[in-house]
Amino acid sequence: MAHASSYKPNSAIAKWMDDRLPVMRMMHDQFNDFPTPRNLNYLWTFGGILTFCLAVQMLSGIVLAMHYIPQESMAFDSVEHIMRDVNWGWLLRYMHFNGASLFFFAVYIHIARGMYYGSYKAPREVLWIIGVLIFLVMMATAFMGYSLVWGQMSFWAVTVITNLFSSLDAIIPGLGTTIVEWIWGGFSVGGPTLTRLFSLHYLLPFVIAGLVILHIWALHVPGSNNPTGIEIKTKSDAISFNPYYTIKDGFAMSMFVILFAALVFYAPNFLGHPDNYIEADPLVTPPHIVPEWYFLPYYAILRAIPDKLMGVIAMFGSIIVLFFLPWLDTSKVRSARYRPIFKWFLLLFFVNTVFLGYLGAQEAAGVYLTLGRISTAYYFLFLLVILPVLGWIEKPTAMPGSITDDVLGKKPVDMAGRKPVPAE
Amino acid sequence: MANKKTEPTRRDFMTIAAGSFAAVGGAAALWPFIDQMNPDASALSLATIEVDLSPIPVGQSITVSWRGKPVFIRHRTPEEIEAAKAVEMDQLPDPVARNDNLDGEPPATDLNRVATGQGDAQKHENWMVLIGICTHLGCIPKGQRIGDEKGEFDGWFCPCHGSHYDTAGRIRKGPAPRNLEIPVYEFISDNKIKIG
Amino acid sequence: MGEKFMKMFASPFSRVGLVAAGVVLGTATMHAPASYAAGEAPPIPSQSWSFSGPFGLFDRGQLQRGYKVYKEVCAVCHGLRLLHYRNLGEPGGPEFSEAEVKAIAAEVEVLDGPNEDGEMFDRPGRPSDRFVSPFPNKEAARAANNGAYPPDLSLMAKARVGGPDYLYALLTGYKPEPDGMEMSEGMSYNEYFPGHQIAMAPPLFDEGVEYTDGTPPTIDNYARDVSAFMMWAAEPKLEERHRVGLRFMIYLVILAGLLYLAKRRVWSKLKHA
Repeated sequence: MAHASSYKPNSAIAKWMDDRLPVMRMMHDQFNDFPTPRNLNYLWTFGGILTFCLAVQMLSGIVLAMHYIPQESMAFDSVEHIMRDVNWGWLLRYMHFNGASLFFFAVYIHIARGMYYGSYKAPREVLWIIGVLIFLVMMATAFMGYSLVWGQMSFWAVTVITNLFSSLDAIIPGLGTTIVEWIWGGFSVGGPTLTRLFSLHYLLPFVIAGLVILHIWALHVPGSNNPTGIEIKTKSDAISFNPYYTIKDGFAMSMFVILFAALVFYAPNFLGHPDNYIEADPLVTPPHIVPEWYFLPYYAILRAIPDKLMGVIAMFGSIIVLFFLPWLDTSKVRSARYRPIFKWFLLLFFVNTVFLGYLGAQEAAGVYLTLGRISTAYYFLFLLVILPVLGWIEKPTAMPGSITDDVLGKKPVDMAGRKPVPAE
Repeated sequence: MANKKTEPTRRDFMTIAAGSFAAVGGAAALWPFIDQMNPDASALSLATIEVDLSPIPVGQSITVSWRGKPVFIRHRTPEEIEAAKAVEMDQLPDPVARNDNLDGEPPATDLNRVATGQGDAQKHENWMVLIGICTHLGCIPKGQRIGDEKGEFDGWFCPCHGSHYDTAGRIRKGPAPRNLEIPVYEFISDNKIKIG
Repeated sequence: MGEKFMKMFASPFSRVGLVAAGVVLGTATMHAPASYAAGEAPPIPSQSWSFSGPFGLFDRGQLQRGYKVYKEVCAVCHGLRLLHYRNLGEPGGPEFSEAEVKAIAAEVEVLDGPNEDGEMFDRPGRPSDRFVSPFPNKEAARAANNGAYPPDLSLMAKARVGGPDYLYALLTGYKPEPDGMEMSEGMSYNEYFPGHQIAMAPPLFDEGVEYTDGTPPTIDNYARDVSAFMMWAAEPKLEERHRVGLRFMIYLVILAGLLYLAKRRVWSKLKHA
């Protein structure tokens, strides 16, 4: 797309195919010979890691669906049947369960990296927007998947989250209730709800996969951003994706899998909640319900607002506002490296979001409630006020002239002056 | 390019070693995804059933379900036993007993067709126990109910593609390649068997 | 729910010997009055278990003893509905012999049918049967236990914060109530139970269950053994998980090492070019 194709079919069959459907040419140009900034750090490996996560979730999910029964009275037992009787069922289920957590862990790092290095800024706005869309669909998928276990936490999570829509009653009386009953397929969460959640949980990952293809397409038009935020200018700024980044991504992925395996094999329930090993009981709510860890910041925002409707709006707003990030940030400089004030406000934003997650797990009362309100205020203050204002008033520090200059600037003296040449 | 020539083997070795090690692991990691489709522990544990033979009069059959398959149990008449015994081995398209209770590939004599793991075949030769699935393409042969078409050899007849089985469940005519299979079973009393 | 709860407390509650009248682990946690928030219970002391840690495996003798305690004490009120008798003989569990498993299963009456006459009938259990619960349904369980529902124990070791540590603490946590604490009728004081009032009378007594392998027949050992058994019941594939995990981890560390070296080689082309 961004560069001339260097693909040469090396056999008659390859040539024949290339004239008709040049998939090999596309693969070669996009994933083999694709010019990539030479200075990407390990934070850039999370794109590949996320693709891996999606593959693991889809593969294990398709296989689990062969044994799972989306029926009110059998769902919980069928999960236990998987855990106890199905060959390797325990592995597949723990993989899918912990895989969801690691998927979010990776996506949060990926998003944070994008924010720190200004990867959402022109000309990568569409890339960023598709990314936020993926994030939204991911959250919906994870929520629906969690419900399928049909334990106490699953059941009450579905009840509470679907009831969010009842806040619309404040706008038009009856509207919220009608929508909630439509989602439930009844007058409470029950069998029909479970079946539709299962159906959508199976469907949405394919939607994500489609969006991921668009995301990569949108990435490959302008090419990757990099820690300097400076675009590729000369040939020496770029190296071919393969083998440099395939091997780097591969190594990072292997480290990620070690973390994944440590959870699956040695602490499979560490990120879960004991109450979800109790079958759903529509007559009894657990004393302390909490969402999965990856939803905690939004849960804290929801509870920070005293008004029901406003709380729901704030919670959804906290993600919707991310769509507008490319325009909320008015700075001409991409990378936080060269933005001395922004850098600290952004790091505080990250810490604040983690802190919101901590608050989401506490009881919404007393000092936690006050802290939750302060944190929520900073979340929006940063995105809606600090970000645009900083762009106008902040004075960036000196930037290197090019990616190559930046890389060479860090070299020992004897390397200076020698021009690095990309191999291959 | 110059460097590539000076240390090509080492460099290639490292990448190839890492790549092939990853490929081997990836292939091994596929096994759980394949093995999960095999019968699970609960399916394997349901492998035995007990059947009371006393209500079956001579000349009649019952069908019981074992591992989701129909098992034919026929109380044979003396004439049926005689007819089965009279058959010469060279008249059989499949001369092997196909009896899971016997080791190796013994000939498909009538005695070998009724043999259980207990080794006293004569004592129970009036009982024919078969997996009622045609060895051609898996249909269920006729012949269990009174009035069913029993085929040219008065045993069982598969209506799907016209396979004829004799009174010992051996294929005699038609496309089926093998005799009806005999499951593992034993007599736990004179009129009770355990299948599986 | 509140009214029902009060009724449950008001009803007379008999404590008869070994027979535990019914744990309210599940329901009582959820019904606990607000003044006894879960946070009030003292921290659960952690025990050393043979199965903890990445190389941990179950102690067969302990699981077999634990099963005995379950069967002779807990099973009077608590089911293990997610287990099958065959599980008792499977690798990674108590590993009773095939004959022992058959004998254990044959002791229970299992409802089967319908037979040729269309009637349901009882027959001796088989290894492929599920554990038969002491009560046919929740309502019957409540009715027999003065309104308190003794929860099924299949997943208990994973369904409580603290897992087997909590179960051990609970079983050994019975004490006389502190001065000034008002106990509802039929309830027992338990240091580790959220709210401290538990409907299950102290279930274990020294020498209440006969041990044949020389292990001292004490409350402490019973509690420890049955908690370990509960852990196995909740996580029967723990040993397989630890074994496969170790192999996979070794593989991954080697793979990561190889990839790191390969990465350095590939990138060194760039640095020295």
